[in-house]
Amino acid sequence: MSLLERLDIIDRRWIFLLMALAVSIPIIVSGMTGKTFPESATPTTQTAFDTIESLPAGSKVLLAFDFDPASAGELQPMAIAFTRHVASRDFDMYFATLWAPAPPLIIETIKSVIVAGHPHMVYGVDYVNLGFQAGNESVLKVISTDFKQSFTVDARGTPVTSIPMMADIKSTEDFDLIINLSAGYPGCKEWVQYIVSPTLSGDHGTELKLVAGVTGVQAPQMVPYWPRQLKGMLAAIKGAAEYEALVNASLMEANPGLIISPVFNEAQRRMAPQLFGHLLMVSLIILGNVIHFSRKRAGGTAVKALRSTP
Amino acid sequence: MTRQIALIITFVSGFAMVASAFFKPVEHWGEDVAEWFNVLAAIAFVLGAANLAKVHLEKISSRSPGWGYSGLTIFFFTFTFAVGLMKLGVHPMDKFPAVAMSGEKDAEGSAFWWMYAFVMSPLTSTMFALLAFFVASAAFRAFRAKNVEAALLLGTAFIVLLGRTFAGVVLTGWLPESLSFLRLENLASLILEVFNSAGNRAIIIGIALGVAAQSLKIMLGLDRSYLGASN
Repeated sequence: MSLLERLDIIDRRWIFLLMALAVSIPIIVSGMTGKTFPESATPTTQTAFDTIESLPAGSKVLLAFDFDPASAGELQPMAIAFTRHVASRDFDMYFATLWAPAPPLIIETIKSVIVAGHPHMVYGVDYVNLGFQAGNESVLKVISTDFKQSFTVDARGTPVTSIPMMADIKSTEDFDLIINLSAGYPGCKEWVQYIVSPTLSGDHGTELKLVAGVTGVQAPQMVPYWPRQLKGMLAAIKGAAEYEALVNASLMEANPGLIISPVFNEAQRRMAPQLFGHLLMVSLIILGNVIHFSRKRAGGTAVKALRSTP
Repeated sequence: MTRQIALIITFVSGFAMVASAFFKPVEHWGEDVAEWFNVLAAIAFVLGAANLAKVHLEKISSRSPGWGYSGLTIFFFTFTFAVGLMKLGVHPMDKFPAVAMSGEKDAEGSAFWWMYAFVMSPLTSTMFALLAFFVASAAFRAFRAKNVEAALLLGTAFIVLLGRTFAGVVLTGWLPESLSFLRLENLASLILEVFNSAGNRAIIIGIALGVAAQSLKIMLGLDRSYLGASN
């Protein structure tokens, strides 16, 4: 049996082992050395960063966390980077979600970014956690005209009417920017359809700005909305790494002595296992095709040999 | 009669949504219907739980294959529900230190939080991460350039796989500025933003037209499949 024939019937557990090594070794090395690959921002990421940078002081930003722990690997680093960027600009932050498993992820983000890095910020004045609301896109339909009709209390059960920073919020049009982290339905597409698109007709005064962070699976479906409905988009962990690098560079420029905590480099650290995982995939596909064509050639030769036999 | 009531509710709700989108004076109709939906969505949680219990209890009762898993589902569903409802391990709020269960059910340290952080979160992440292994195995066995279309797909996959990592920079970063459009990262962006956008926009428009036609059929009662098999 030739080498190619042996490879053709290889036990798939060897492939699993190779993938485990391709992912785990870079994680360990990157964790030990703290080194990451340099990132240059693609246009979709750069426009997301520029949109936040262009907001005036005192802007109100709604952060919608529409994802669950299954997709947190891709989206949680984006959530942290977005929150960090918005908090560093001292904007008012409103956290909400249409996904039932998301509230603990909001709490985790608030703890790691706002409570740890911006202790001067006051709950209810600088940021508020509005928690989960059931109803998918119908919630969006309602909050597009009457925000407090759907979100009547915050995550702690406090009526929103007694929260100071909610006083000026009547509908989603009162936000200067919406940031959506989306892993599926309901998510970015619904925010585009029900919240942003109606404001593009010109009847509602100013156009509402939406920036999104989406999973790799969703990115191809959401790119058609960029740059009109979506002002910027982070696509998968690569987009998160690019955005993280932009935010870190911007903060270090403002504070040259700043030490970046590993939690704020998480997406960039995940690019190393992604690189080796992708290289393994490409190698496996090439090897699979080499085997396929060599077998086809051998089969063709055999057929010719049979035909030439008298 | 039941069927006719359902058809009337469908027509009125659908008409209100369509009218609210096109006529500004009746814009609030859409909000009213959306509110009805929100109430129904909350009730749907109860119905969903009841349905889950019914399906799995039936499986256990008839001892159908895999009934043990149904037993586990019922047990953990009831357990999680009880933990959340009874606020097990919840610390009192700072405002009301004397009230034992005044804190949030999913606050750090509570039993519900523990189950989320140490059971649900790692389990769902693991399930998602397993995809990498199966995709690698499937790519090796099935991703073959058997014809021109498959070869094009293969080429696109290579560009995107390499262009979305540092490999793209290493392999094609040396190209001069005049040929920078040929760098793998730029080609990957080009595929995503031009070819993919064009194809997806066509699909989105097609789906939108299909949804509009289907919605009209449902509103007018021409398509009643949503009412169940007997209708």
